[in-house]
Amino acid sequence: MTDPVLATHGLTKSFGAVRASEDVSLDLRPGEIHAVIGPNGAGKSTLIAQICGGLTPDAGRIEFLGRDVTAQPTRARARMGLARTFQISALAMEDTVLQNATLGALGARGGALGLLRPALSQRDLHDTAMTALERVGLADHAATITAELSHGQRRQLEVAVALTLRPRAFVMDEPMAGMGTEGSRRMTGFLDGLRDEAPILLVEHDMDAVFALADRLSVLVYGRIIATGTVEEIRANRDVRTAYLGDEA
Amino acid sequence: MTREKIINTALLLGLLAVPAWAWAVDEPFTITLATRVAILALAGVGLNIALGLGGLVSLGHAAFFGIGGYAMGILASHAQSYTPLMETPFLIEGTKSMPVIWLTALFAAALAALVIGALSLRTSGVYFIMITLAFGQMLYFFSISWPAYGGEDGLSIYVRNGFPGLNTLDPIQFFAICFALLAGALWFNARLARAPFGLALNAARQSPARVETIGLSPFRLRLAAFVISGAITGLAGALFADLNRFVSPTMFSWQMSGEIMVFIILGGVGRLYGPVAGAALFITLEHLLGGLSEFWLIWLGLLLLLVVLFARGGVIGLLAGRQVAHD
Amino acid sequence: MTPLLFIEQVLNGLQFGVMLFLMAAGLTLVFGVMGLINLAHGSLYMVGAFAAAAVAGATGSFLLALAAALAAAAAAGALVELLVIRRLYDRDHLDQVLATFALILIFSEGTRWIFGSFPLFLDIPDWLSGTVTLPGGIEYSLYRLAIIGLGLAIAAGLFWLISRTRLGIRIRAGESDREMIAALGVDISRLYTIVFALGAALAGLAGAMVGAIQSVQVGMGEPVLILAFVVIVIGGIGSIKGALIGALLVGLTDTLGGLLLPEFFKLFMDTSAATSTGSALASMLIYILMAIVLVWRPRGLFGGAA
Repeated sequence: MTDPVLATHGLTKSFGAVRASEDVSLDLRPGEIHAVIGPNGAGKSTLIAQICGGLTPDAGRIEFLGRDVTAQPTRARARMGLARTFQISALAMEDTVLQNATLGALGARGGALGLLRPALSQRDLHDTAMTALERVGLADHAATITAELSHGQRRQLEVAVALTLRPRAFVMDEPMAGMGTEGSRRMTGFLDGLRDEAPILLVEHDMDAVFALADRLSVLVYGRIIATGTVEEIRANRDVRTAYLGDEA
Repeated sequence: MTREKIINTALLLGLLAVPAWAWAVDEPFTITLATRVAILALAGVGLNIALGLGGLVSLGHAAFFGIGGYAMGILASHAQSYTPLMETPFLIEGTKSMPVIWLTALFAAALAALVIGALSLRTSGVYFIMITLAFGQMLYFFSISWPAYGGEDGLSIYVRNGFPGLNTLDPIQFFAICFALLAGALWFNARLARAPFGLALNAARQSPARVETIGLSPFRLRLAAFVISGAITGLAGALFADLNRFVSPTMFSWQMSGEIMVFIILGGVGRLYGPVAGAALFITLEHLLGGLSEFWLIWLGLLLLLVVLFARGGVIGLLAGRQVAHD
Repeated sequence: MTPLLFIEQVLNGLQFGVMLFLMAAGLTLVFGVMGLINLAHGSLYMVGAFAAAAVAGATGSFLLALAAALAAAAAAGALVELLVIRRLYDRDHLDQVLATFALILIFSEGTRWIFGSFPLFLDIPDWLSGTVTLPGGIEYSLYRLAIIGLGLAIAAGLFWLISRTRLGIRIRAGESDREMIAALGVDISRLYTIVFALGAALAGLAGAMVGAIQSVQVGMGEPVLILAFVVIVIGGIGSIKGALIGALLVGLTDTLGGLLLPEFFKLFMDTSAATSTGSALASMLIYILMAIVLVWRPRGLFGGAA
């Protein structure tokens, strides 16, 4: 078995008396989509924040590309190639779609930021940004102000910004939220092909998408992972059925 | 050309035409007023980099304005008394050369902005406002209680400093210098806003989390913006002191910080030429209303209140309409 | 320097700190409950001082003067809240700063218009003038002692108000959740007016009390306002306890710094150089204190999350 790209070992995080994460260990292997599902309040957002660097765990370790990044700030993890998309869009709303995508390309290029040459007329930045927009189907909206996008389109832009980083792993927080059936179907198709580029840790509520995409699933309930396995294994798991899937499965 | 660009061009041409006319009809006082506008606008352009682009509401930019002023005052006073600033460990002499004074002002203000910014940017929002205000006040009190350079009374310079090839004592030539520096700063600001740095800084204002996740540090972006901003305001301070041939602690006062910010809002927040329109309006009002009433600041206060409450776009917003995206 | 002088300066520092607390308490309440930064708080301090000076001049009664200061500042505060401030709650901090800066211009120039540019003087009443002998044989101004006493009493009253009364419960609820308190059926705009007027009254009282020690003049409020900001930054926004501790720290640091630093520099400098270096450094001391607190705890000593 190949080494995992991203792994957590015994992550624990409490807020006062509430255990938001308890001994969470999971890994993301090359070429896979690993979905994390769980009811609201199960601690999915807390888990993502720890993996990406917004929150420091009380205990446990996070490894990315074989390095311990537990103490690294968000931007260091991003520079190593960990790309995150946000559940609630964190885009520069007053800027255009192209400017947002260019921002990601800037981060990926690294080095000092220029003070004088316009960003949008720099070939490499422009090409990276446009390619990413084309891939998610937003190229026609490049000049649109981001605030005028629909919720679904903002999700697409989130993914496009992540693409411009040329990441080694994706962490996606509900990329289908706010999308219609058609948009959701297209995003599912897109993510399906994306796993060969870099593995995806996917937190998603859309169960159809999850079951269609995931190579493996982890079920998070009250901050604990109660089961990890293939879609078939999870469907068959009695604990999962009683604790979470219930009628939906 | 968009309406805003037409207005911007008209503003610059107007700022050139008024002193040119005054020069033709020999009205040096009007040239001095226009010079004040150019210098105060330059201070506002400096603050606008932190405020408009970076979203950093600094209420302490008088600190950098004053440092620029004292850079000029200290260097020139040593030059006019033929005493060196410092003899050990190496000799530093005073100077009457504007370029040297400007570089000193830029550098000293940038250094102060680095220290004040590094401390203040640990916080945000209302803390940031109060802390920048407090640091400005700190320098104000320091300049009052430090007796070496005039203390409360300030420093006077007998003759305006020189610039190679120009007669700076001639009001129109000194105006030309100030105008050129303002135009340069406006050009720089426009480039900066579109450059990668400006793009990232602007994004850090709107969504710091996004900037983190693409691998950049919002703190460093803001600190760099604060340093550039402080340096430009410092340069304006040096020119202001040269215009008056006088520097005093009032350049450090919190009212000064407030006024620089008022230029920006009167002109229009987030507008490149906002400080130019704001400073021009401010000086015109001061001149017109000041002649009518001793208490003209009441009217300025009311006007400012109305602009903040009902006309957020300021002068340029009223004339140019809703803001359009860059590019 | 004698121990007696030192103790006297400690008392002066306390008196200064207590006055700063009266200013900072209103600011921190207004910020904590309404999320508003109010630069015009110093103007309310000035309004209190001028009202007191005018009434004392007309009636000769110091108590009436204090009552007038409270009433005038509270009324000015309530009026400003109704006309201007309540339009600013939903605005960003920049708008709040500029609008309240405009208010300063209006208040200052308006006061100059009415009272002229010359300072007014407010006399300490006979029954509070003179000195008292404290244990240890220290002669100390009765008036300043009264300020310390009154200030501490008001601090205690505020703690009681916040922790024990219905108004206090609403204030605390308003700090944590605006929608929640509106949902509970509390008239939120009336609550805001009351809190703002309360803060204004405290500032006005401080202005009147200090007006009797210093002179009453236009522009007297802003230096105190900025010191009150320093107090809040040190103590933590929204915390009355933080405001009290911060105010006493700033009061003592400022007063004792001015006394001790020149003495300290005299140990290794000649007298005139030590005096100028010491007093220049002392003028910056509270800001250095603020910087240290910032590095150590960016949210202040008693500040919660943003």
